[in-house]
This record gives sequence, C-alpha cells and structure tokens, in this order.
Amino acid sequence: MFSAAAAGFVHALRRMGSRTTTIISWLGYATRFSIAVIRETPAAFSRFSLTMREIYFSGVLSLVIILVSGLFVGMVLALQGYDVLQRYGAAESLGVLVALSLVRELGPVVAGLLFASRAGSAITAEIGLMKATEQLSAMEMMAVDPLARVVAPRFWGGIISMPLLAALFSTLGVFGAYLVGVKLIGIDAGAFWGNMQAGVDFRYDIVNGVIKSIVFGVAVSMLAVFEGYDAKPTAEGVSTATTRTVVESSLAILGLDFVLTVFMFRGVA
Amino acid sequence: MSRSTLDLWVGAFVALGIAAILFLALKVGNLIDFASAPGYRLEARFDNIGGLKLRASVKAAGVVVGRVESVKLDPATYQAVVTLRIDPGYQFTADTIASILTSGLLGDVYIGLDPGGDPKMLADGDKVAKTQSGIVLEKLIGQFLFDKAATGSAK
Repeated sequence: MFSAAAAGFVHALRRMGSRTTTIISWLGYATRFSIAVIRETPAAFSRFSLTMREIYFSGVLSLVIILVSGLFVGMVLALQGYDVLQRYGAAESLGVLVALSLVRELGPVVAGLLFASRAGSAITAEIGLMKATEQLSAMEMMAVDPLARVVAPRFWGGIISMPLLAALFSTLGVFGAYLVGVKLIGIDAGAFWGNMQAGVDFRYDIVNGVIKSIVFGVAVSMLAVFEGYDAKPTAEGVSTATTRTVVESSLAILGLDFVLTVFMFRGVA
Repeated sequence: MSRSTLDLWVGAFVALGIAAILFLALKVGNLIDFASAPGYRLEARFDNIGGLKLRASVKAAGVVVGRVESVKLDPATYQAVVTLRIDPGYQFTADTIASILTSGLLGDVYIGLDPGGDPKMLADGDKVAKTQSGIVLEKLIGQFLFDKAATGSAK
C-alpha cells in the first residue's frame, strides 16, 4: 500500500522533471534559433532584393486590410466616443480621445493582430511547406544557408513593414474619426484638431506607439519564421504550425502590450 | 512580377508609411509647436493652480495664444510659479490679469489672460502682477455644506 503510493509519487516527480527539461530545452532551441536568425541580419541587408520581396508580400499586400480596418475603427471610435463625451458636455475632446487610443494602443495592437493573421500565417505556411517539400534541405545540399536565404529576409521584411502599417492604421483611424466627428456629427474642426494637438505628445505618445509596433513586428516575425522552420514536415504539421503562429502571435502582442504600457505610460499625466 | 514593379510597390508603401508617421508627428502630435517653441515667456504666481497641467493652453478672449511651459512651487512663499510661453505676435498690457479657468464643468483647465488699459506692454521674462487662483471644486462644495449646516442649526 505504502510502496504503491511512493511509486506513484516518484512517477509523478519523474514526469514533472521530464516536462521541465523538455520546456527548457525547447526554450534553448528557440533562443539559439533566434540568435542564429539575428546573426544572419547582414545577409538580409546585403541582398536587399530578397528582403524587398518580403516587404512586398507582408507589407504591401496587407495594406488593404490595414487601411480599411483603420478607417472603420476610427469611425466607430468617434461615434461611440461622441455618445459618451456629449453626456458630459466634452464632445470637443473627441479628437484627443480617438488620437490617444489609436496612437498608443489600437494602432499598434490591432495592426499587429491583423499583421499576424495576414502576413505571419503566410510566412509560416511558406517556410513550413518549403521544409515539407525538402527545399530547405536542397538548399543546404547546395551550400546555401536557408537561414540567410529564406528566414532572415522574411524576418526583416516583417520588422520593416509592421511600424509602417501601424502608423498607417492610426492615420486612417484619425481620418475616419475626422469624417464622422467633424463632417457627420458637426464638431468644430478647430476644436477637434486643437484638442488633439494639445493632448498628444510626440515623445510620450507617438514615439512610444512606434516603439510598440516595432516590438510587435519583431515578436510576430520571429514567431512566424520559428514556427515555420520548426514545423513537422507534413501537411498536418504545416497547418498546425500556421495556427500556432496566429494564436501565439496574438497572445504575445496582447501580453507584450500590457508590459510595454506599464513601463511607458504609468504615471504619465 | 518583374523586379521594377515590385520595387515601385515597396517604394510607394514605404513612402506612405513614412508620410503616416510624419502626419502623426506633425498634425496629431503638433511636434513643431513643442520642438522649436518660438515666442516669449511670462511668469505668473498663483496661490492655487487647481488642476492646471503642463502644455495647457493660454487663452485671451477664447483664442489660444500660448502654452503653459513649466509649473514650480516657490519654497519661500508657497505659491505656484507658472511659466507661460506666449506666441510671437501677441502683446499684452502690463496690467493684464491671469486667471485659471475651466472650460465647461469637467473640461480642460486653462489660463485666461484679460488685458487692461496700461500703455506699457509685458516683455520676455516679466511677471504678470495680478492673478486669480483656480477654483477647487471640493473646497467650494465643502464651503457650501458648511454654510448650509450653519444656517440649519441657527433656525
């Protein structure tokens, strides 16, 4: 009786131990992969045409969804914000409300989520399929480093695209809010822009927003290339990896956003 | 897709993105206003500044003519020393009254300037002699309740 319980206890301990070492070795693998990708940075920039192609696929092709979403998010923010603000007679503050929420939070976060599902999933699927069809192995056979030829350009293409997409999202959002607030509802245009300019600070709000979007770009791109490179070389493996990219990127964006917000905006009047 | 079309698209995308960042910096963030900050500075002392914040607007007759640049406490008199940056082109008489006002009940706190008839004008670094402190709503409510209680007990 007692020995059976002890054996069960030892078994549970052993399982916990093996799980811990698995997690740690996976973390080590992911870290070494990240370092190897970052070490191939010169390859991405010395043959910039490869990175250029990736900026086209992850940046230019994401433009439509980013611009349309930004416009509509801005318009809805303006409608809802006006509804609450006018109860307190502060409808003129609509500009600053919309601009701050877009520049600080919604621009980087929503653009990041869209980027993860639009571009991140495509990157993972492409690299995973290259692995499944043994193109990566073929490159290695020809003494071409797939990290330099395939992974690094995609990683840097994502990092370059992401802040630009987030800025475009915020800009279109502000424009959408202007359309609804000034043109549709009829708030004074001078008060709309004036309050916005008085309330939005370049260093605190805009620079921090851009920093956020760069961090999200790094996180999404790294997760996407890692999941693709790490995918099981089967049809099922690629589909699982693609799903994991979207889920992990979204969670990473939301988690990182909280951490960054705590450090950036705590105690700022 | 040919190389040149791709380059064109990427170039257009990057240009758009940079234009968006510039738009945010200049139009939304009003960077020029804070970076160069032309104009001259006036000093005003208040007993209480209420909820006045940095970069709050300075208005004369409802028109924004400057910004609050710094707020300090004078350790000797326990007064708040507020530095106002007035846009170039605006001149105020030496007997101008600076008061702390609120736009609406819960709106932004700003400084209102009421010029008088003095022919002398305020110059860079001058002090605004007459000031009117901000209204602290809590104090006002406290006063009101106190008065109410006093009249109630007298009856």
